Amino acid sequence: MTVKPDTTTAASAPRAADDAVGERLSETWPEEHGLWAWFTTVDHKKIGRRYMVTAAAYFVLAGVAALVMRTQLAGPNGDVVDPELFDQLFSLHGTAMIFLFATPMLFGFGNFLVPLMLGTRDMAFPRLNAFGYWVFAAAGILMFGSLLFEAAPNAGWFAYVPLSGSDHSPGYNLDVYTLGLLFLGVSTTAGAINFIVTALKLRAPGMSLNRVPVFVWAIVVTSFMVIFALPPLNVANAMLFLDRRFGTNFFDTAEGGDAVLWQHLFWLFGHPDVYIIVLPALGIVSAIVPTFSRRAIAAYPLIVLATVATGIISFGVWVHHMFAVGLPDLSLTFFSAASLIITVPAGIQVFCWLGTMLMGRLVLNVAMLWVLGFIVLFVLGGVTGVMFAIVPFDQQTTDSYFVVAHFHYVLFGGAVFPIIAGLFYWWPKFTGRMTSRRGGLWSFWLTFAGFNLAFFPMHISGLLGMPRRIYVYPGDTGWTVWNLLSTLGAYLLTVGLLVTLGTLVHSLRRGERATDDPWGGETLEWAATSPPKVYNLPVIPTAHSLTPMWDERSLASFTDGIADDERVLAHQHAVLRTSELDGRLEHPPLEMPEDSPLPLVVAASLFAGTLALLLGWYEGTLVLLVAVAALCWWLWPHRSPIPEDGADGGGGQT
Amino acid sequence: MNAVDMRSVSRATEPEALATERPRGRTPAWWGMVLLITTEVVLFAVLLASYFFVQFTTEGPWPPGGIRTPELRLPLIMTVLLLSSSAPMAWADRAIRRGYQGQLAAGLALALLLGAAFLTLQGIEYDTKLAEFTWTSYAYGSLFYAITGFHGFHVAAGLFMIGFTLVGTLRGRYTYERHERVRQVAFYWHAIDGLWILILSSLYLSPHV
Ligand code: HEM
Repeated sequence: MTVKPDTTTAASAPRAADDAVGERLSETWPEEHGLWAWFTTVDHKKIGRRYMVTAAAYFVLAGVAALVMRTQLAGPNGDVVDPELFDQLFSLHGTAMIFLFATPMLFGFGNFLVPLMLGTRDMAFPRLNAFGYWVFAAAGILMFGSLLFEAAPNAGWFAYVPLSGSDHSPGYNLDVYTLGLLFLGVSTTAGAINFIVTALKLRAPGMSLNRVPVFVWAIVVTSFMVIFALPPLNVANAMLFLDRRFGTNFFDTAEGGDAVLWQHLFWLFGHPDVYIIVLPALGIVSAIVPTFSRRAIAAYPLIVLATVATGIISFGVWVHHMFAVGLPDLSLTFFSAASLIITVPAGIQVFCWLGTMLMGRLVLNVAMLWVLGFIVLFVLGGVTGVMFAIVPFDQQTTDSYFVVAHFHYVLFGGAVFPIIAGLFYWWPKFTGRMTSRRGGLWSFWLTFAGFNLAFFPMHISGLLGMPRRIYVYPGDTGWTVWNLLSTLGAYLLTVGLLVTLGTLVHSLRRGERATDDPWGGETLEWAATSPPKVYNLPVIPTAHSLTPMWDERSLASFTDGIADDERVLAHQHAVLRTSELDGRLEHPPLEMPEDSPLPLVVAASLFAGTLALLLGWYEGTLVLLVAVAALCWWLWPHRSPIPEDGADGGGGQT
Repeated sequence: MNAVDMRSVSRATEPEALATERPRGRTPAWWGMVLLITTEVVLFAVLLASYFFVQFTTEGPWPPGGIRTPELRLPLIMTVLLLSSSAPMAWADRAIRRGYQGQLAAGLALALLLGAAFLTLQGIEYDTKLAEFTWTSYAYGSLFYAITGFHGFHVAAGLFMIGFTLVGTLRGRYTYERHERVRQVAFYWHAIDGLWILILSSLYLSPHV
């Protein structure tokens, strides 16, 4: 069992290495300033921070939409918004929270942290990474911007046909939905491929698969899920767009199409997507718990296997979103069973965390408090989730507020709480500043109380029969008091989130300077300075264990590496390459691209093309030729001083 | 063996020395291409699954509404053309790993020609098909044109990539030491060829069964 050593003398090894070689490295990995640099950077830390800030902004917008809805529903017969706007509000809220907040936020964490945790200097494809960010940002602008023209998606976040077809939903609203999500899908897929390849090829020497931090595992499993889950969504959206715009009949039952096909395709994506959101969040928890329990995570192989198993099983449960559709009984039974089974790996993870805390020495810090809050909410959401796996129960409660309560416990409790925990935990690394403990405590308790007040009563109003997605309800239903409580809770929740934001902003201005490793963390991101230099780690270390920051040999590799040109890598803009399974060093190092305007150009032209398609100005899609030209420039085989790999039997070309 | 020999032997067999002489392992770009192909294959799998889903929920004959069972002559010729284009591609890839730039260029050019011939025939095929039914003729028509059209688009993209690689070859950018790109383009091209077999079996052959 690995516990955190009490002495911290050795932990200054990375600092010593930085003092020795930092200056040389800053020449090959220079810190760029100015507008041009801002638009052209490919640094994973800047891109990661951008992802997080942008996703947070989209969270605020989607949250405001929710507040308007809650205000409308505070009492019977509310008249804050009309039904048309209400439809757009809940559809946009759901779509944005899922696609524009949760996943990009977690990709932001991944972008910043994965290369650091692996002990490398950037993502495998830095320009692709920048491209992914720009596309994501533009997709959000498209989706939220559409609200200004009353053209925001308005058929719910899963846009069932025939409601979403052109007969029942004329206007641009659902074209924004289909094209917006297709466009965003490009970014998500690119990001996923980037994470997988980075984790496979750029790990520090010695970091065999059984020494990869759980957070990185979670990001990798998530990315594999994206690779397999996004195609059904993309196909469904492309078909819906063609049906609406060009008169095809994929979903038109009168012309031999099938409306249930949409549901299958959507949920074949949709259920894995729930785990695409939750798994990295659980990964954040697995990163925080060991640090504040002062020991390595309990049952590491189990928690990794549970993560992988969740990823796989999640592809076999989609039909539980369709129990009320009228499918054959046999398929209901199968999917009901699968839905029960998937709770097992989730349960394993919970017990791994509890075990770690029990066997370690718990330090109740703000980040840890958020983690504990998460565990409570996640278990509650899990319990109602198991209830839905029972077909008769589901058929009674489907499309009621009980469902709304359930998925907010899972998504808000299961993703937003870990995200905020992660923000408090890595804030010193992200920004170089400490946050105030008092602010953190207030923010937690207000948010926790507000959250439960907002969402717990929805279980009851749901059981009392309140359907979801209604813009008014009459006064004699017995729902009034529960709705009022929900609305008050939503306001309290908002206060809590504002205090959270305030605490973080205050830290940026006034916060104490952070040391490199303020919590005594066990993974390699804590070896970098706070905030990290452009080159991340001064010396690429050798990972001798799962907890390199707690083991003397890994730490010693920082000082030993100072004299080793290969580990400092100051003479070229490159990173080390290692083998997929064992993390053995491979040659030659991998050359990294310099800053470039190409990602922005390609993303912008793709965005313009999407807009042209959306508005039906088909000649305008020719702007995509700009993207093609830029891609040619991007991929042109430029001459390079470093030979690449693959020369079978090639002679020594060093 | 004496001590000196041992030392030189161990130096020569150290991972570093070996690696310098025989670089091993897959590159990030290799993995990137494999993953891209994976997600594309899933995309086509979903399209074909949708096709069968609609077929099995349709009552009566398939194709519906008096559309004839597809003719096979032209599609089979197209198949031969497309599949045979994989051979020069594989040849080109092998050649440049030995440093033969001429063979690389010839292989690429040949693959380009065969692929272009495929696309031309697909145009002719569409011409006859469109006279019979369009993408608005039942879900069948929508699926038929969507699947073949999307594949055709991939062939076109693949041809563009081959052409791009050919230009690079003529500029002497691919050598014995630098030729990864060729391999990736070849991968992509083989994947497109393989997908065509699935499409042929599903859209053209299966209605005959
Ligand atoms: C900021 C606090 C939040 C509040 C006050 C809130 C409130 C609401 C409300 C009132 C609805 C509409 C229910 C209905 O009319 O049927 C809703 C729907 C929804 N929310 Fe939230 N929510 C919050 C955060 C989140 C988060 C963080 C996520 C996901 C990561 C999320 C995902 C959804 C989804 C998917 C829907 C369903 C939309 C639809 O019916 O199509 N929400 N939420």
